[in-house]
Amino acid sequence: MRFEEKLALGRTVDLGSHTFTAEEIKAYARKYDPQPFHVSEEEARKSVLGGLCASGWHTASMWMRHHVLARPAVEERIRAAGATPIVFGPASGISALEWLKPAYAGDTITFTQTALSYKAIPGRPDWYMLQSRCEATNQDGKTIMRFLASVMVSDG
Amino acid sequence: MDANGKRWAYEDFVPGMVLDLGSMPVSAKEIIEFAKEFDPQPMHLDEEAGGASVLGGLSAAGFHVGSMMMRLMCDGFLLDSTSQGAPGLDFLHWRKPVLAGDTISLKMTVEAKRESKSRPNLGLVTLRQELSNQHGEQVCDMQSTVMFLKRNGSESR
Repeated sequence: MRFEEKLALGRTVDLGSHTFTAEEIKAYARKYDPQPFHVSEEEARKSVLGGLCASGWHTASMWMRHHVLARPAVEERIRAAGATPIVFGPASGISALEWLKPAYAGDTITFTQTALSYKAIPGRPDWYMLQSRCEATNQDGKTIMRFLASVMVSDG
Repeated sequence: MDANGKRWAYEDFVPGMVLDLGSMPVSAKEIIEFAKEFDPQPMHLDEEAGGASVLGGLSAAGFHVGSMMMRLMCDGFLLDSTSQGAPGLDFLHWRKPVLAGDTISLKMTVEAKRESKSRPNLGLVTLRQELSNQHGEQVCDMQSTVMFLKRNGSESR
């Protein structure tokens, strides 16, 4: 199995879905982003956002959860083909992150990842920097968040 | 007139302005709690696995670092502002691990500002954030844009 196939380059992978509850939105926000529209239904209604919604960082963190939890199935698919799964190293960063719409309480958000390209890392043989497009879509099919992520990978 | 009694409205941000947004300690317990919920990988869940990884210790998840920067922004100025949320980030770089026991500090520079074309009561401010550890090493930096109500615009709502 070629490295490109293991990375599923160009293919959008469904990482799963999550329904955001008002309780968890407020619990995350009280810890990390206690702006009024993330901790109070009433304040949220008065804001530009129009209703209680998850912190953008909460939505991004939930993308990461689904990315990590989806890995075993991907690894299993590669092993089933008789190959060694890719190894993930640290992420170097994200860019062009857009919070296009809020994730409102009660919304069911689906997370996806599309591996776009990879390149060698100078001075780090066997390691590549993989760039992926990461997205979150609500139950109406509207993209609510997207960003590009760069993470180190190795061909097992 | 003030903007609903808030210290920071769109008009108060001046490009080139630098603000010290304070610091916070990062505990192993907090790192593990966040990782269990959002990034359950061994190097964020277990001291031993973290020590054995390239990160060199129990390290905070990347999105945990982002979340803690968000909290420092909130406590440093955002909660006392007319913020209406952020449309996005231009970039975020994780430059060094944030390890259990570290104390992180955030410095913010106002990069640019512009009025909203579609909403006359709003303006957008581009902010550069630099997060450092107790050794003075930069661990993360990012640039984001935040929407703020104007002082005058806020009266019409």
